[in-house]
Amino acid sequence: MLSPVEAPLHQAASRLGPPPRSGEELKPLVTSLRNGSRIEIAAACPAAQALGLRPGMAVTQARAQVPGLDIRPADPEGDLASLESLAILAARRWSPVVAVSGTEGLMLDLSGTAHLFGGEEGMARRIVTLLARAGFAARIAIADTPGAAWALARFQGNCICPPGEQARALDDLPTPALRIDAAAVELLRRLGIDRIGQLAALPRAPLVRRFGAATVLRLDQALGRVAEPLAPVIPPEAIAVRQRFAEPIATAEAIEHWLGVLTPRLAAALEAEGLGVQALECIAERVDGVPQRIRIGLARPNRNGAHLLRLLKRRIQDVEPGYGIDAITLHVRRAAMLGPEPAIERLDEEAAPDLATLVDTLATRIGPAAMWRMRPVESDVPERSLMRAPVLDPPARGALRAKLDDVRQLDRNPPLPPWHPGWPRPARLLARPERLDHVMAELPDHAPRRFTWRGRAHQVIHADGPERIQGEWWKRDAERMSVRDYFRVEDETGRRYWLFRSGDGERAVTGDLSWYLHGVFG
Amino acid sequence: MADPAVLKQLRDTLRGLETGGFRRRPSLPFGIEAIDSRLADGGFRLDALHEVAAGTSDMADDCAATLFLAGIAARAWGPVLWVVRRRDLFAPGLAQSGLDPKRLIYAEAKDDAELLAIMEEGLRHRGLGAVIGEARRADMTATRRLQLAAEGGRTIALLLKRAAREGSDPIGMPSAAVTRWRVTCAPSAPLPVAGVGRPRWRLELARQKGGEGFETIVEACDATGRCALPSPVADRKAVAGGTARRRAA
Repeated sequence: MLSPVEAPLHQAASRLGPPPRSGEELKPLVTSLRNGSRIEIAAACPAAQALGLRPGMAVTQARAQVPGLDIRPADPEGDLASLESLAILAARRWSPVVAVSGTEGLMLDLSGTAHLFGGEEGMARRIVTLLARAGFAARIAIADTPGAAWALARFQGNCICPPGEQARALDDLPTPALRIDAAAVELLRRLGIDRIGQLAALPRAPLVRRFGAATVLRLDQALGRVAEPLAPVIPPEAIAVRQRFAEPIATAEAIEHWLGVLTPRLAAALEAEGLGVQALECIAERVDGVPQRIRIGLARPNRNGAHLLRLLKRRIQDVEPGYGIDAITLHVRRAAMLGPEPAIERLDEEAAPDLATLVDTLATRIGPAAMWRMRPVESDVPERSLMRAPVLDPPARGALRAKLDDVRQLDRNPPLPPWHPGWPRPARLLARPERLDHVMAELPDHAPRRFTWRGRAHQVIHADGPERIQGEWWKRDAERMSVRDYFRVEDETGRRYWLFRSGDGERAVTGDLSWYLHGVFG
Repeated sequence: MADPAVLKQLRDTLRGLETGGFRRRPSLPFGIEAIDSRLADGGFRLDALHEVAAGTSDMADDCAATLFLAGIAARAWGPVLWVVRRRDLFAPGLAQSGLDPKRLIYAEAKDDAELLAIMEEGLRHRGLGAVIGEARRADMTATRRLQLAAEGGRTIALLLKRAAREGSDPIGMPSAAVTRWRVTCAPSAPLPVAGVGRPRWRLELARQKGGEGFETIVEACDATGRCALPSPVADRKAVAGGTARRRAA
């Protein structure tokens, strides 16, 4: 028995988030679409429809009719895409055969699946509830034929047509419910035929001659005299390659051998789909049913079998073979589009290999968090002047292009380097500045003559400074008055250190005049 | 007394045998004739391991070695991988030695074994200009592995060796490195006014394959990573060259 469900959806409501809670003030909402030279309403919410706004009306008229109308642009392609993804969801969840019907409906073939969800009525109720939770208003009709379900869902509302009763159920519905073209409907209306029952009662031969075969075909399809196949959506399947073994394997060499067999197969499967893997899971099924998993992640989509094998091989030691492994499966957990790989353009020199493979290799060893780049940050406070950034794809700095009439366009100087090249900066910076003892320095702005750091006394021979760095009072209130005076000093053996005094030496609020060592020059 | 030409020919034959007849050895020179001429390869061999250690265990000497490495990496091609044990490298300081932050990738290792393994991965990748590591313990086996990984590529392997124990000499351990350097801070170039002049290092080549060691004073890396020899004239006028050189720096 074929039992299609037809569920027209009110998509205007769907894309604007979940339905508002009761009690909230609802503004009438319509979506607008340009049709030739005229902008008309594509869809209207129930509140707007209650005010007399209908799809197809001119937006100007609607605006004049309802002040304060919420008008948003329609997005037919987006609607269709979300309908498609809903169809895929339905195909995974409710029925294997799901077809998209028109721009607003789904056809589900319920043959043999309704009993799994508590019968046809129970299933319809569950589908409506689930869609309502996702923000869709749905009507459902269940009938023997797709044509009848289509007509009932649109022209009668939620209903279940008992088996074999579609002729009686369609009897009173208007002729447009048959999915025939508008010219035929108009002609039928002029002939005084308004309902399907009247059309079905006419002799067939003159009907075919007068209206063509299409009208009669639609009638036959709705009444079940002619079969109407559905074009189901096919949900994309996750790529996986699997190898079973006649005898359980237990050694690292055997696992490595079979991984070497599986990865080229996986690479071929990925290439056929035009995908590159980003997250891969290798599951070794043990005899005692405890799966052993190896998960690897890739910095960029990749389908190079040798590279995947190298990453997997490194983790074979994580597999506990126990009494033996029955099967190994490679599951693609996350994949992204990857076009055909370009050939090396220049034959005279070797192209530098991609860094992504190195990042993958190191990430499997030390984890992605242990690798970074340093990115400049606009701050004069040394410890805040840089930030860690991911290794790949360093974000382009200064990506904001100045406007054409910006006065800075007149500046022909090259852009400033991220850190000022004129102010000396140490090679290594201590995580926390270390307090110095026995400092002898003249106030207010002389470098120290001598200091003791980590128990060693240093005599200062040369010094540069001070370089005054103010606290970032525009960001932090606690630094409103704080000042650091930095000095580069060189001791008697030529060692160069970066010291600072907290405070400007004149006002006590700027700091307590204690001395710290912050970094070391080479 | 042997003829120098014969000796040179013999050396070339020996070097050819070592690397399976592959003669061309790209190297990265200092650009200072007095130093390059005393190095067996005329500079840093690209496909080899070089060790650098601080002259003393003081942090300032450690930083001098760090900047020396940064200068070499800055003059190499392509991206640079720096495998660290502590997160105390200061990128603005390295940038002033010519190492652009965009070229530098940091990786942090938990122990020396992991550090050497990461360095080896970096060397085998062939897409890096230099790989730098900071290790305390790297014995003959480990350095030999690094040297083998570096061979055949264009990546300089640089190992900053720190003393395994207080007072021990990091360079003294047996190692497969081609050159072994010791860097110590030296009093900076004297200025006619108060202030710190261009930093100077005492650069000591402790050992090198196929050559003799030497010791010299150099001026620290400038903004392009190049070292310089201090002017032999100690007290010339500031106008004569000192200021011009500093301006170039």
